[in-house]
Amino acid sequence: MEHYNMNLTLKVWRQKNSDTKGHFETFKVGDISSEMSFLEMFDVLNERLVSENKEPVAFDHDCREGICGACSMYIDGEPHGPWAKTTTCQLHMRAFKDGDTIVVEPWRSKAFPVIKDLMVDRSAFDRIIQAGGFVSVNTGNAVDANSLPIVRYKAEEAFNSAACIGCGACVAACKNGSAMLFVGAKVSQLAMLPQGDPERTTRVLNMVAQMDKEGFGNCSNTYACEAECPKGISVANIARLNHEYLRAGLCSEEGDL
Amino acid sequence: MLKQPQIFLLMKWGNFFSTTIGKKSMVAASGIFLILFLVVHAGINACIFLNDGGETFNTVASFMSHNWIMRFLELGLFVVLIAHFVQAMIIERKNRAARPVKYHFSQPNKNSKWYSRYMAIFGILILLFLIMHLSQFFIGTKEALYFEGDPYHDLYGEMQEVFSHGWIVALYLVGLIALFWHLLQGFQSAFHTLGLSHKKYAPIIKMMGTWYSVIIILLFALMPLSMYFGWIS
Repeated sequence: MEHYNMNLTLKVWRQKNSDTKGHFETFKVGDISSEMSFLEMFDVLNERLVSENKEPVAFDHDCREGICGACSMYIDGEPHGPWAKTTTCQLHMRAFKDGDTIVVEPWRSKAFPVIKDLMVDRSAFDRIIQAGGFVSVNTGNAVDANSLPIVRYKAEEAFNSAACIGCGACVAACKNGSAMLFVGAKVSQLAMLPQGDPERTTRVLNMVAQMDKEGFGNCSNTYACEAECPKGISVANIARLNHEYLRAGLCSEEGDL
Repeated sequence: MLKQPQIFLLMKWGNFFSTTIGKKSMVAASGIFLILFLVVHAGINACIFLNDGGETFNTVASFMSHNWIMRFLELGLFVVLIAHFVQAMIIERKNRAARPVKYHFSQPNKNSKWYSRYMAIFGILILLFLIMHLSQFFIGTKEALYFEGDPYHDLYGEMQEVFSHGWIVALYLVGLIALFWHLLQGFQSAFHTLGLSHKKYAPIIKMMGTWYSVIIILLFALMPLSMYFGWIS
């Protein structure tokens, strides 16, 4: 693809902290290369703001290679911008044209309070994992291959679910601010494997209880989450979560300890 | 120190239905019951197309309002309908609270179908439609049965009277359009919420949902239209 430079207008959400109300601030950025990532474009803007003795725009980022889930940003009306299966760090400026105006907002959810500007607090996800998204025994060293037989398709499906990077795009995209895709993936990756089986019942019940406590909305099956997920996590994980919950709540006798 | 794991008391039914998934499974199960009810309703109403001056239709309608099993099921239908609506509204309220600050610029059409996002609005429209519908046909039938000594009730004649007004026919069509979008999303959504997603069956369920919505709504729409335009005598 041919390289080109562009001038852009950015409408960026500025918010001092969780307690204050935010507002949009408009910036003009010039000579942005089509080869830059979206975050690099923000780096250029922030360099300039620092040199002008102004407060740089706060945003989350870490690995910048699309695997950590740190970068967020609701870009032009979609989580992680216009490209499918892409994190913000992997969104490149060739997705935009010279003269475009780009609106950038933080994830908006009651469970993800804004810390500053475009950064939100996603520790609600951590607390859901702490409620049950683990295996309680020490697994020790890696065992020999095939000493614990696992059906191939289950191994593949569990691996697909485990691809979730916990970025929160599902919550950001959902009209109900629901975390069902995230919780579905985290429940599925263990429910399908023998290592996760002993805690299968209590896991799903505790994780769902925590999910509700955090103030996330409910899934109404619009499937916006799947369309916006940078890792392409399937909504089949949501059906699996429902299945696991019904199995635990209606079929299991466990829990009366 | 190792933290004591919280154990959710799943033996209690109250706990099962207190979570969002528990509530939604109730909405889904009641929704499937209502889907089945619509088949019975449309089937009975289709008797008007026999063109026998409503004789068969009135006989079946009389059976439905006198048979004890049907009257018991009717009671169940109201319980299910109310449960479906109330639980869905509780869920919708929580959903709205989950995003106190709205996006200033959002493009939801890029990631979801528009009708899938308006289930609650369609639900309220359908409820308003039902209030009109029941006051036109249900209450009259019950009055005749309980307060007027159970004479021969000409429900067919009543239908002809009601559907002779153009504006009522128009309101019925609006209600049916809301029901169409509600069913188109609701049919497959109910199965998904009950945890039924299978590579072999999911496409079949989706296809059935589409055909069901189209056929049932066309059948219902044909009734007021054919009476208004006098396609049946």
